[in-house]
Amino acid sequence: MTTHDISAQRAHQTLWDLSAPGRSGIRLPESDVPKQPMPDASLLREDLRLPEVSELDVVRHYTRLAQKNFSVDTNFYPLGSCTMKYNPKINDMVASQPGFSGIHPLQPEETVQGALELMYRLQRDLQAITGMPAGSLAPLAGAHGELAGVLMIKAYHEANGEPDRKVMLIPDSAHGTNPASASMGGFEVVTLPSDSNGSLDLAAVEAAANDRLAGLMITIPNTLGLFNPNIARICEIVHGAGGLVYGDGANMNALLGRARPYDLGFDVVHLNLHKTTSTPHGGGGPGAGPVCVGERLAPYLPSPVVEMVEDAERARYRFATPANSIGTMSAGHGNFGVLVRSYTYLRALGADGLRQASGDAVLNANYLRRKLEHVYRVAVDRTCMHEVVFTGRPQREKGVKALDISKRMIDYGVHPPTMYFPLIVEEALMVEPTETESKETLDAFIEVMIAIAREVEESPELLHEAPHVTPVGRLDEARAARQPDLRWQAP
Amino acid sequence: MTTPFPHSYLPHTEAQRREMMAAIGVSSADELFADIPDAFRNPDIALPPALTELELLLEIGGLAKRNAVPGEVPCFVGGGVYRHFIPSVVGAMISRGEFLTSYTPYQPEVSQGTLQATYEYQSMICEITGMEAANAGMYDGASSLAEAALMACRVTGRHSVVVHDTVNPRYRAVVDTYLLPQGVEVTTVAPGSESISDTTACVLAQYPDYFGAVYDLGPLADAAHEAGALFVVSADPVALGMFRAPGEFGADIVTGETQPIGVNMSFGGPFVGYFACRMSHIRQMPGRIAGRTVDHEGRVGYALTLQTREQHIRRERATSNICTSEALIATGTAVCLAALGPGGLRRMAELSYQKAHHAAAGIAALEGYEVVDYGPWFNEFVVKCPLSGRETNTALWRHGIIGGLDVSDVVKNGLLLSVTEMNTRHEIDALVSALGAIAGEDAR
Repeated sequence: MTTHDISAQRAHQTLWDLSAPGRSGIRLPESDVPKQPMPDASLLREDLRLPEVSELDVVRHYTRLAQKNFSVDTNFYPLGSCTMKYNPKINDMVASQPGFSGIHPLQPEETVQGALELMYRLQRDLQAITGMPAGSLAPLAGAHGELAGVLMIKAYHEANGEPDRKVMLIPDSAHGTNPASASMGGFEVVTLPSDSNGSLDLAAVEAAANDRLAGLMITIPNTLGLFNPNIARICEIVHGAGGLVYGDGANMNALLGRARPYDLGFDVVHLNLHKTTSTPHGGGGPGAGPVCVGERLAPYLPSPVVEMVEDAERARYRFATPANSIGTMSAGHGNFGVLVRSYTYLRALGADGLRQASGDAVLNANYLRRKLEHVYRVAVDRTCMHEVVFTGRPQREKGVKALDISKRMIDYGVHPPTMYFPLIVEEALMVEPTETESKETLDAFIEVMIAIAREVEESPELLHEAPHVTPVGRLDEARAARQPDLRWQAP
Repeated sequence: MTTPFPHSYLPHTEAQRREMMAAIGVSSADELFADIPDAFRNPDIALPPALTELELLLEIGGLAKRNAVPGEVPCFVGGGVYRHFIPSVVGAMISRGEFLTSYTPYQPEVSQGTLQATYEYQSMICEITGMEAANAGMYDGASSLAEAALMACRVTGRHSVVVHDTVNPRYRAVVDTYLLPQGVEVTTVAPGSESISDTTACVLAQYPDYFGAVYDLGPLADAAHEAGALFVVSADPVALGMFRAPGEFGADIVTGETQPIGVNMSFGGPFVGYFACRMSHIRQMPGRIAGRTVDHEGRVGYALTLQTREQHIRRERATSNICTSEALIATGTAVCLAALGPGGLRRMAELSYQKAHHAAAGIAALEGYEVVDYGPWFNEFVVKCPLSGRETNTALWRHGIIGGLDVSDVVKNGLLLSVTEMNTRHEIDALVSALGAIAGEDAR
């Protein structure tokens, strides 16, 4: 007897394949008010070709889609620079309280004092972590925080009568968002080289320190997972030339309770709350990118900030706009739902827990470094912080690319690391295990990586054709770009 | 030297930590931080003490209880964020860990769920707006409009933007934040005024406008096009369940907030800004785009595409710096749209229309109140009150009602009220009677 799996047949269907005219996935009630005259028909639309599916169709469709994803909840996900740590469920539970999820952003402040107090406390705690005296929760993601930061730097120089400070220095190891943000702020990007240790070249900073210098954007630790011991000196050089220093906090998971950007000399730092403070990435957001700043930039913070006013009876909280604010970044006050999750996480760990978390994150990365350095070459042979960058150059010489290694990892149930980044490392594989992975998981991962290295020698075709177990194999991305098919259309 | 801190998020035992340190060749975790100069290492961080899960719910849940929740109290605030019905399938689907805890789908073979959901989201946004292409979503409606203006500057090579004064003031503020530092001139005008020239990159309009009005945008689109400018519309997607699509009027870019469809108000975020345009401009579009393609065996699959526009490839010459956006929220909107279908979305729009017009009729009949006539409108309207908008709101709150938005900078004593299908007739009647009572108190 032959069988065929009817759910497999439907596995590739779109919502439109499931659609039948007149079907619906929801019933709405009848109107409970007297019928009002409708507007002129010339204003009304006739066509609306949305799919028509039942409620169960919706549930099965999206459940099937979900099952095609790797995620932190299902797989080890050591994606470098993305900090794919466990996202505690209590965070979602707290954020879904009606008193948070159901309130309107434009309600009178007296009706949302609890929400304002939470924002005030989070702002204060992020300031404590970064050492900065002021901050704003307004930016909605890391790159949004970068934009806020460069706009503040621009406003600062203009207010000081130095609008010609147009040069933003950015190391060649930086994330692409740094130069893109600087460009949106109207700056000229000057790329600085890294030295043989993977650190920003001090001499290059000195050479660029002149009266056209607006600032430096630098990631700490950098994208090689290395902490630059000269960072304080670099900040001094930039300040000496009249520039300001922007800290990209994407890698802040290494520094929680270990070092404060303010102490190192930074003028502004953004935090990726969806990385460092465990809020879920959601397949590409939502995130939150609060900015914390030193005294010089405090008047320029994006609006709003939250203030506490001491009344006779009890403290009150209110939104405020800093004196020379760069303006608002969105129509709201920040990604509040993400902020609630972030605050819940910080309260769950406290200062000692955060220090233990960064300690374990760094311990895990160095453990992988030591266990795998004989098989994959480490890009820079030094103690790393929260992530370790390998180069697949030895494997490349045998005809296997970092891409092939990454795709083969999928067959073993591991999400690939970040590939080909930072750009300064050939065949880069950037591995960030995070502190929430157990030694058992790390040991299993080490075995996988060693097995793959053996396959490079013995059966490289396994890697070239990987992955073998996924719903689809490697996709024709050239075709996707050449003949863009970006939406469903009636056949 | 730090002391061990056991925690349910941190799986290592002390014995395992020691074992791992030995493997690395250090005697303490602190040695791994030796690159941080002594003067800066292990600072004191003044944070409140850690709480257990049980305590977290009590402590932070207590803050939640101090907020007045629309629905538990009548609320008529809109202004771009609306309380519409969210079917239970939305939360059930987007709280699945595979959607919730995955990253941006850079590895398509293990991200087909997110990618297909995004492709379908894009498809539905195109249908609603009447446009040819859509991206995977921007941060919110306001930043989406600002990015549309920047895109228009790239498409036209011009550096001046005209914004209607009927566009949400909070959206106009974000347009300023984004555009002014790049040297783009922003001029605010009344719709239809003679302000477009051959240096105008685009005209930004809102539909329904900030005061609720719905009208034929065709002549405005034509005027923009005659000057060689793009016509950009920010639209409420629920209104598009019943009113003609901006694409039909000749809009070049349509943006807006998908919050009204399937997204909790959540004190203003996370939301998602939708972004749709003509296929001819696709290579200037900001943000991520999912496309359909095939794998090496010819099986249909989905992948991020046209990535050479983006920051991780193009760096300082990218169309935008946007990276992490609002993917999960966009999926929530897609789930909601799938459940609603064309009939459900239309019904949601018509119910809101009916109830809002019922409320307006009740208020118009009150002594001392006037509903401002801007022509046909959707679910939001301006009332001229005997007291200022602020005073009226304060008085309404004494009646246990959260009123509307003070628009007295535009209309003397103006209050912008919004009604959706979620407002019961009982709530609406309570609003009308409270307004009547307030006017009476004032007269005394």
